[in-house]
Amino acid sequence: MTGTPTPAQIAARAEARDQVRTELRSRVVSGKAETEAATPRVGPEEVTGAQSIVRSLEEIGVDTVFGIPGGAILPLYDPLMDSAKLRHILVRHEQGGGHAASGYAHATGRVGVTMATSGPGATNLVTPIADAHMDSIPLVAITGQVASASIGTDAFQEADIVGITLPITKHNFLVTDPADIPRTIAEAFHIASTGRPGPVLVDISKSAMQSRTTFSWPQELQLPGYHPVTKPHSKQIREAARLLATAKRPVLYVGGGVIRSGAANLLRQLVDLSGAPVVTTLMARGAVPDSHPQHLGMPGMHGTVPAVAALQKADLVFALGARFDDRVTGKLSSFAPLAAIIHADIDPAEIGKNREADVPIVGDLREVIGDLLPELAREHETHGKPDVEGWWHQLDEWRRTYPRGYTQPEDGHLSPQHVIQRLGEMTGPDGIYVAGVGQHQMWAAQFISYERPNTWINSGGLGTMGYSVPAAMGAKVGQPDRTVWAIDGDGCFQMTNQELATCAINDIPIKVAVINNSSLGMVRQWQTLFYESRYSNTDLHTGHGTRRIPDFVKLADAYGCEGIRVEHASEVDAAIKRANEIDDRPVVVDFTVSRDAMVWPMVAAGVSNDDIQYARGISPAWDRED
Amino acid sequence: MSRHTLSVLVENKPGVLTRVAGLFARRAFNIHSLAVGPTEHEEISRITVVVDVEEHPLEQVTKQLNKLIHVIKIVELEPESSVHRELLLVKVRADAATRTGVLEVVEMFRARVVDVVPESVVIEATGPAAKLDSLLAALEPYGVREIVKSGTLAIGRGARSITDRAFERAVRSA
Repeated sequence: MTGTPTPAQIAARAEARDQVRTELRSRVVSGKAETEAATPRVGPEEVTGAQSIVRSLEEIGVDTVFGIPGGAILPLYDPLMDSAKLRHILVRHEQGGGHAASGYAHATGRVGVTMATSGPGATNLVTPIADAHMDSIPLVAITGQVASASIGTDAFQEADIVGITLPITKHNFLVTDPADIPRTIAEAFHIASTGRPGPVLVDISKSAMQSRTTFSWPQELQLPGYHPVTKPHSKQIREAARLLATAKRPVLYVGGGVIRSGAANLLRQLVDLSGAPVVTTLMARGAVPDSHPQHLGMPGMHGTVPAVAALQKADLVFALGARFDDRVTGKLSSFAPLAAIIHADIDPAEIGKNREADVPIVGDLREVIGDLLPELAREHETHGKPDVEGWWHQLDEWRRTYPRGYTQPEDGHLSPQHVIQRLGEMTGPDGIYVAGVGQHQMWAAQFISYERPNTWINSGGLGTMGYSVPAAMGAKVGQPDRTVWAIDGDGCFQMTNQELATCAINDIPIKVAVINNSSLGMVRQWQTLFYESRYSNTDLHTGHGTRRIPDFVKLADAYGCEGIRVEHASEVDAAIKRANEIDDRPVVVDFTVSRDAMVWPMVAAGVSNDDIQYARGISPAWDRED
Repeated sequence: MSRHTLSVLVENKPGVLTRVAGLFARRAFNIHSLAVGPTEHEEISRITVVVDVEEHPLEQVTKQLNKLIHVIKIVELEPESSVHRELLLVKVRADAATRTGVLEVVEMFRARVVDVVPESVVIEATGPAAKLDSLLAALEPYGVREIVKSGTLAIGRGARSITDRAFERAVRSA
């Protein structure tokens, strides 16, 4: 028995391995996956391909996987059962697993992991993968594929998921040789988490999982064509500092890249030092505290009047990790017409894609802002602080004239804005808020005050209805000590609420606020405004005076969740209080609200931001001299 | 619209051509011609792609191509500093009465006959696109039966090699 290690040796070895894993994890998160530094080496171990996948995930430091098994991925699920490191959460639909991984990534900044079988399992992941691609979320999807010999034969449950996901992944792999498994998985995590983050799919054939192979770690990455630029060019930084120090009407236009980069603290310093007003896009809510006096709110189609107006009248727009999306710019040719543009982004392809940049800066925003701060301070020392007093005078006037607000619905029913505002006030800035897509999403972006990054989670680019419940589940798994509210619509909720079962069974006590206006609310709003109030196929029969199909309170009960119905303003606070107190099971609050409430302000699609309406039929009167 | 020739050095991996071609389609760029083949380094393949595109979208497509993990390097080959060639195989009607005329055209364009039967010939020609167009125009009266053309191949003039530098970089980073 001489070769047998003592329990103490085993424990010491496990500890050493944990240390390496922690270090590697932080490297992967920080965008520097230098695997050669992660000694001591592990292996080679004689394993099956399936075990090799589990071992790779363990070594990378994955702690949670959201998935659902099926034929082609069965070999992987067997060793997965024995892993003490990986928590696999059995979801009820692959889309739920994908969004859960995305919510986990959003809330933690780490790579989210999802698993599915071949064919329909894999194709059900298409929506969450596309969603993560649009919102630059680090995600690794592992799918089973039919046996290598069957690929291309239209075998049972065969789908070319690598081909299908080519346009919606940052990269994807098909693995048929088990020897390639560890390196491929290491590469997948590296690609997903570095540069501009994004989803990576690894499709592994069943035969590769079943074959014998060797596992060793760390792996040498073979990515000769992948070199994300993180260090900005010093000349561009100096030029940016010069412009920012001399602009009369500057605006910092902050996008989700600031949050992905972990640059919120540095950004705060830049805001303070520059004295410039700042706007945070839908993807960047929380990147700057809403309570900051220089924060004008969200720009864009449903942005605040001061934020939209500031961009339109600015002489300098400094875009940080933002991509001049059509929902922000309105009619592109008339967006920020007077402004010089500084555009900083880690993805060179974003710079100049929609709006030409006068000063292009390619780099990680932590490095960009880190380099910019001393340059800007130097500019101020040499030339004095810029004179932005007149600009602030104007901005403050807009803020006074066009504050955040809403009118009570005329039908006497509950106001959705009131519900969402109270939810934010009573839960506070330490909560995490996860929205679906539509009116409730916009109100949640507008009427909750965000003070920290990664507390606002939503589907921005793809606009995926049904995102909220599964993503909230993932966020709660990643941040179990925080209160996580899914703010959902009655339409969205019906797309993915099956994950309430996952939440109830796995002790993931999320809270769901269904902002139930008995209709596909945003579509209905557009029908009101642009289709003569002809409500084609937007009535869902879930709210006031309907048969309530389904009854969300009964549905909650059926899923082992607490169900609460709220129909009057007087009940709102008590319901939120009760929901916030329940921590042993998920809660669903059915807020049946007025269906006539609309999201304002609004810039209609394809229209100039100058034509923003503060409320229906009310357009700001701009200063004549402009 | 103007015509641009891009040399795209890619990792020699399965599916890489699909990734490159798919990106052009997805971003609504029109490929005029495309040719792919091995290089002096077995790890690297070279795609020569000719696109009709304005300057600004060309920059965008180049940046998007660079984001593909398997793309190692992209070089635009300007006509004045590079050599561009296409290969043409054309089947032309040529019987006893017309064969002499066809062969004269072949001679004039320094092309070659690579197959002969009593009623037709197959002609092989290489050259820049304009020369091949002229050749086809000259053959037209005899009756062109079938045409097959390669995509454009292009290489920079002078001693410098773009593959060598890309290869060194790839090796260094590995």
